[in-house]
Amino acid sequence: MIYFDKVSKIYSPTSTALEDVSFSVEPKEFVSIVGHSGAGKTTLLKMLLAEDKPSSGKVFFESVNVHEASRDELPRIRRRIGSIFQDFRLLPNKTAYENVAFAMEAADASDEDIENDVPQALELVGLMDKALHFPHELSGGEKQRVAIARAIVNRPDVVLADEPTGNLDPLNTREIVELLKKINKLGTTVMLATHNHDVVNGLERRVITLDKGKVVRDDKKGRYII
Amino acid sequence: MRMHLRRVIKEGVINFWRNGWVSLAAILVMVLSLFMIGSLMFSNVLLTSALSRIEDQVDIGVYFKKEATEDEILNAQAALLQLAQVKSASYISEDEALEKFRTRHATNALITQSLEELGENPLQASLNIKAKDPSQYEVIARFLDASAYSALIDKINYFQNQVVIERLSGFLGASRAAGFGITIVFSLIAMLVVFNTIRLAIYTSRDEISVKRLVGATRRHVRTPFLVEGAMYGIISAIITMIIFYPLTLWIGPAGARFFGGPNLFNYYLSNFFEIFFILLAVGVVLGVISSSIATRRYLKI
Repeated sequence: MIYFDKVSKIYSPTSTALEDVSFSVEPKEFVSIVGHSGAGKTTLLKMLLAEDKPSSGKVFFESVNVHEASRDELPRIRRRIGSIFQDFRLLPNKTAYENVAFAMEAADASDEDIENDVPQALELVGLMDKALHFPHELSGGEKQRVAIARAIVNRPDVVLADEPTGNLDPLNTREIVELLKKINKLGTTVMLATHNHDVVNGLERRVITLDKGKVVRDDKKGRYII
Repeated sequence: MRMHLRRVIKEGVINFWRNGWVSLAAILVMVLSLFMIGSLMFSNVLLTSALSRIEDQVDIGVYFKKEATEDEILNAQAALLQLAQVKSASYISEDEALEKFRTRHATNALITQSLEELGENPLQASLNIKAKDPSQYEVIARFLDASAYSALIDKINYFQNQVVIERLSGFLGASRAAGFGITIVFSLIAMLVVFNTIRLAIYTSRDEISVKRLVGATRRHVRTPFLVEGAMYGIISAIITMIIFYPLTLWIGPAGARFFGGPNLFNYYLSNFFEIFFILLAVGVVLGVISSSIATRRYLKI
């Protein structure tokens, strides 16, 4: 369902983020992308969201090259991809509830669906009691759980998680990873970029290892080896 | 569509409220700018009325020889009134001229006595001509000079006052141009300041814009709440500016009327309230919406 075809991203002659990266991801897979900081993990995920354009190569979501998607098509693709970021990226002047509801409004969901699904998503991440809190009133782990609720509320086909535990303590890290596993079990493809050994080794799922922008390993039941 | 509209308006209003300080700053700057534009409107009213009063005081007199009959002079008046450049041409007969002269010098015994002794009326009948534009007096004077009536005319005082009238006409033209130029320049400055303030306000929301885009919101969906916010800056600023002008014109009005001899600004404010409000509102809303639209564009690219 996701296919990277010889993707390179060169910011300048001395700075190459991705080099000739090719791989594909099947539906319902749980893929970890690992590597040191600066190995190109974030760039890779940005390519799929079309947040940034590759210097060469193509990125397909199903049969659509996301970098050639039309103005109307791109938002529709993005609604099928839920994103989670290291810095949470919640909207600061919206409550937890509104942050999640917003993703549904963006997808033109009806009021009834929003009133029905947002509490469900918040329930799933265990934050229904903090629904009316603003992000600055939440802890790091809580913010990330709101972000996860936002990412899954539109029932996406894929969830991209870019260092979701990077700013969290071990306890919160474990909770977030458990949530991602749960989401995957419910049938959603998960792509997790991380440099946390314990997280990756605990998953025992497919691991793609990046080093200096190149794919150096791709193991079915991999570990963090580098 | 209606659901969409309701949502973006609601979100615009909520953002406006929750971004309190940013909204306050934007409104403050916009009030200053609208205030400047409003002040320019008011000063133009004073300037225009002062200029037209000066203009009104410029005229030329055509003095007829003693032998010209009243009919002939009235014919000349009729001919003058046919001219496109002439605003008015009033006839002053010999007797009226004498009467005016007497009243003006009623307290001067010497003049009154001299007139008594003279026995006859030494004053000439005249036409008092006002042009629509002070630069046209020369055309009118030349018309009379070249016409069949020139034989009846003793003198046209334009030729005595030519330099003064020309200078005055130049001054009036320059004042109008300067007033217009200043209005344009200051309005542009005011707009640029507002534009930059709104740009800064939206700069603080750039992360929000990118998150919304990445969650799958369309450009329109992201942009419209900002346009609503921009329109709200305009509406609220226009209202505040109108409120400020109330005590201000009340205070300045009488003094301004005395100094410029023009209308009382407070009366002008009251009688043109909706007109002024509508102009400020339109400028504010258009400025707010356009600034927001331009400012969001660059962050919408992703």
